[in-house]
Amino acid sequence: MGVSFDLLINALIAGILLGGFYAAVTIGVSISFGILDIVNIAHPAFIILGSYIAYIVNARLGLDPILTSIVMLPVFYVLGAGIYQVYYEAFEKRGQESLRGLSFFFGLLFVTEVMLILVFGVDYRYVEAWYIGPSWHLGVMDFPLRMLVPCLAALALFGALQLFLSTTFIGRAISAVAQDQLALQLMGASPTRIKRIAFGISIATTAVAGALLIIIQPVEPSVGREYIGRVFAICVLGGLGSLPGTVIGAMLLGILESFTSTFYGPSWAPAVAFGVLLLTLAFRPAGLFGR
Amino acid sequence: MQTRVFLLIAIVAAAAVFFAARLISNDYVFFAGYTVLQFVVLATAWNILGGYTGYVNFGSAAFFALGAYSTVALHKFSPQVYRRWVDDMPDWFSSSVHSVIDPVVQALFPLSIPTLIVIGGIISAIVGLGTGYLTLRLRGAFFAIATLALAVVLQTFIVNWDYVGGSRGAYIIRPNELEVEPWLLSTWTAVKGLLPAWLASTTPISYIQYLFLLMLVLVVIALTVARGIERSQLGYGFATIRDDELAAEASGVPTLKLKLIATTLSGALMGMAGAPFPYYIGYLQPSSAFGLEYAVNSIAMPMIGGTTSWAGPLIGAILLGSLQQYVTVTISSSVNVLIVGLLLIVFVIIAPSGIIGLVQGWLRRAQAGQGGK
Repeated sequence: MGVSFDLLINALIAGILLGGFYAAVTIGVSISFGILDIVNIAHPAFIILGSYIAYIVNARLGLDPILTSIVMLPVFYVLGAGIYQVYYEAFEKRGQESLRGLSFFFGLLFVTEVMLILVFGVDYRYVEAWYIGPSWHLGVMDFPLRMLVPCLAALALFGALQLFLSTTFIGRAISAVAQDQLALQLMGASPTRIKRIAFGISIATTAVAGALLIIIQPVEPSVGREYIGRVFAICVLGGLGSLPGTVIGAMLLGILESFTSTFYGPSWAPAVAFGVLLLTLAFRPAGLFGR
Repeated sequence: MQTRVFLLIAIVAAAAVFFAARLISNDYVFFAGYTVLQFVVLATAWNILGGYTGYVNFGSAAFFALGAYSTVALHKFSPQVYRRWVDDMPDWFSSSVHSVIDPVVQALFPLSIPTLIVIGGIISAIVGLGTGYLTLRLRGAFFAIATLALAVVLQTFIVNWDYVGGSRGAYIIRPNELEVEPWLLSTWTAVKGLLPAWLASTTPISYIQYLFLLMLVLVVIALTVARGIERSQLGYGFATIRDDELAAEASGVPTLKLKLIATTLSGALMGMAGAPFPYYIGYLQPSSAFGLEYAVNSIAMPMIGGTTSWAGPLIGAILLGSLQQYVTVTISSSVNVLIVGLLLIVFVIIAPSGIIGLVQGWLRRAQAGQGGK
């Protein structure tokens, strides 16, 4: 019995498209965990928050979810900068980030999730847009626009961030924070301020990731928890702090998950991320493209 | 105070709690009390790793559910199921299996709950050891992330495993009669003779009271282990890891070994807390075994009580556990997780040493004030 070529190629395409979306979900964690060394496990909760904002605006005003998310970027940036300020004052300054800082984010994760449950209930919510539904066909290949548009948006987000990090002063200062804080201070930049900006950016990306998530699938508050394993698996697989590595790691995981759900059934897909995470940690903790 | 003395005091206290609860003679006390005691075990277990060595385990629910589901798996494995399995095998094979293993299975099954607790503990301990071995050699954050993901994956496995009920869940029918180990029964009869008549009331122990008693025993074990560690060389080793792992490693402390011991012990206790759960709840679903409240409570309770001593998780679990019993009855269970989450955030920011730290600080200030006069 041979696996049909059509099935294989479409599983591959679905995986790449899914991987593009995963890159958008993970890129913020690559900044916060990879560069700043802040283990923000509440990241997926902010993504879900982004999804719900896209949902409300879409349901009330009929606005496009991706457009909404771009409008929301500054709001999420301020939210992120505020959270970093609390985190810095309460944990980083006192050197307690490992135990209490982690618990703080864990608490945030649950509080956000339960607040959403209390306000919106546990029903699945979805958005409407012109690209949800139709697909492009190219020979035997299917490109569902519902997946293609998020993938392209994610790549655009990645491109913009990569450009920002490598060309602007603040962007380069953010990369420098991970390497040598003292040297950064000597160059006339305050590490705390740079980290606050970087964490703000990291949370701002969740506005976009959330909008993309609700385009791809209906969302309910606890969906976020499924992404915790994925996000960190990708981040570790790609090599901490490397944005191109993150995109490649995301594509790899997307393809693996797509094959798993095509050939073994979708209910097994969540286990793939964990397997990847454990194997990476066991055999190559620096990731595929680590320093 | 010697650990042996502590154990004795803990047993006396546990017995006092049990008889006091019996005096109220309302089964609801046992239902609610069981949950609180379960949280005492979970919080203490979490604290052995989290509080003493500083490594955060977000997967308490996974270890708890492992214990619960090993009970379900073994509960379903009755001699009848076993016979059906064997009969499916080739004839020559099944006949020889029947003659050898039949008596063993017949004698062992159904397993008593204390046996199931031990098995659940062993399985969780092995998973804890494995996860720890793969991730604890790296930075602390990796272990935390791996435990978080572990919960999702184990739930995926359980949902896909039809034998234990899959996503539909499994009914656990309680046995009609208490299957108490004979030696326990004889001990009880012996002790009963020594007690005054009003304590050794003749009403037989109901099933929920039996479960409550078992959980009480687990609480005594968990607290004694935690306190024993605190006062031992092991505890000092843990503390060096918490304070400065690099310095500890450089001074010859076998950090990886110690961390693995902590993970294994902690996992085992969580599994033991989960093993009787299916009998308590009667109908076990993946979503209830992997419930949010286990993960968040087993972190919040030690954090709120205080992480440096065995009393912290105990205080945190009793306070938060009772509060939640009250809130669940009067408001709703989502509000309950919300309250715990908010309390956790407030405490880690404002009172990093928990209630114990607050009380200690207050006592010290009171003493200093007296000394000033």
